[in-house]
Amino acid sequence: MSRHWQLLLRSGAFVSGMLIILFWAACALFGRLFAPFDPFAADVLSTLTPPSAAHWFGTDQLGRDVLSRVIVGSRDVLEVAPLATALGLVLGVLLGLTTGYFRGLIDEAVSRVIDAVLALPLVIIALLALSALGASSATVIVVVGFIFTPLIARTVRAAVLAERALDYVAAAQLRNEPTLRILLGEILPNIMPPILVEATVRLGYAIFAVASLSFLGFGIQPPSPDWGLAVSESYGLINGGIWWPALFNTLAISSLIVAVNLAAEGIQATADA
Amino acid sequence: MRVGSLLAKRAALAVLTLWLLSVMVFVGGQLLPGDVARAILGPRAVANLDHQLGLDRPLLIQYWDWISRFVIGDMSRSYAYHAPVAPFVWRALGASVKLGALAFGLIVPLGIAGGVWAALHAGRAVDRILSIGGLVAASIPEFVTGIVLILVFGIWLRLLPVAADWPPGAGALRQVQYLLLPSLSLALVLFGYLARMARAGTIEVLKADFTRTAVLKGLAPRRVLWHHVLRNALLPTITVIATQMGYLLGGLVVVETLFRYPGIGTLIYAAARDKDFPMLEAGVLTVGVIYTLTALAADLLYSALNPRIALGAAE
Repeated sequence: MSRHWQLLLRSGAFVSGMLIILFWAACALFGRLFAPFDPFAADVLSTLTPPSAAHWFGTDQLGRDVLSRVIVGSRDVLEVAPLATALGLVLGVLLGLTTGYFRGLIDEAVSRVIDAVLALPLVIIALLALSALGASSATVIVVVGFIFTPLIARTVRAAVLAERALDYVAAAQLRNEPTLRILLGEILPNIMPPILVEATVRLGYAIFAVASLSFLGFGIQPPSPDWGLAVSESYGLINGGIWWPALFNTLAISSLIVAVNLAAEGIQATADA
Repeated sequence: MRVGSLLAKRAALAVLTLWLLSVMVFVGGQLLPGDVARAILGPRAVANLDHQLGLDRPLLIQYWDWISRFVIGDMSRSYAYHAPVAPFVWRALGASVKLGALAFGLIVPLGIAGGVWAALHAGRAVDRILSIGGLVAASIPEFVTGIVLILVFGIWLRLLPVAADWPPGAGALRQVQYLLLPSLSLALVLFGYLARMARAGTIEVLKADFTRTAVLKGLAPRRVLWHHVLRNALLPTITVIATQMGYLLGGLVVVETLFRYPGIGTLIYAAARDKDFPMLEAGVLTVGVIYTLTALAADLLYSALNPRIALGAAE
């Protein structure tokens, strides 16, 4: 494990990605303490003022300080996306372990359902489910988590298929170990590297999806300072020359997503090594 | 003979996938929706409306009624427009095909050229810049790219229109001008994947024996590149293009909304917002059908182009 850490810490992609993620995580946790203004305080007398010495990123349509809102804006997406990924991981690992280990009819049936889910882009299934269930952070977590489940299950299943043919599994079976113990105690620890890679890649895509859904108005709801939501509230103003609320929030989203993908790239490279 | 049976097997799987998809869409559109209207209207009005819309029949019958009509192109009636859904879907689909075609037309040559170029200069600065640029482009959501493009080319440089709503009667060239920014924001996501695949394919072929033979027997480098390397390196790229159709179709919702373009993405978005479930189901299922058929076509094309691959052995 320590060798892996050394490799990771030598990977420029991983370190730079992690630094940016930690920066936004710190902003999410302690941003209220060092934001120059109250991110929720409206000021009707100075709405949509361009960037200035007092308001570095300008103010939005309610007169709230854009810089302060960008600082605390990572909070919801950093809560929703990891929780959705975690839900998908737990369900997907269980499903992948079962289908990969038992094969047969269940495996065949689940594979077909996975194909059906994969035949639709995530945003589109999510829109269908969210308009049926109602949009909120909790439903976004559940919907994205459920959509991730078959995708993660597919990766896990492939890894299990390779493992179950190995001698240590046969030995455990001959020792009459209970199946649950073989799955969770023998096979699972051995397939952790691909699961870890899958988790980080999924996290990047979860942030992508949550931001896109928030932009469409089906994700995180007002008055959250969430970046995707802020862009959705302000992109209509661009044509009128009011570019600052949209631009600074899109830059913030980009930095976070690129950072997660850089970290994922680093983890993947060391897992393969 | 072998090819015929493979084709039949793949087609059967695609039909099965589509059937499962239709069940999912039916469950999402007919079963999950909450009872908000019920609470507002009260039980009697709801019973009347349910009867009128046929929602009081057994679910299996409702499903059969819906899907059997969908297959022949009758997509039931929209709640919001009180009119048949099908004409809306066809018109939107036509608009989206235009946008998607331009997006692919822009990004496929760019991605392949970028990947091959990077492979020919593997390990040098160009290669690193292209691979980092590709990673960044692939990870940023379409609405972010779109807004940056609008700001730079539409507002600051004033080169291109910021919304895809051209005046009626605009010619093809004029329409392309309006569609340039949306198709770029739609397709930049794919640049990284395409370039990466083309790069990997090219590098592999450059190392292959037949390339060395071609070089050693004194063929001009240009000829080796075009006739030996590119032909073989581009095979995997076809699969990537097909699998990335999903991203493209998903991106349509966001990009069309951002640029106010009346395609299938806007249709799905508006239907989801207005809870117009017949329209939403028809739009979502149409996207699923397109994706499944593209994947099937790519599979077959790939096996036709690559004699070494036996499709059945893919599992």
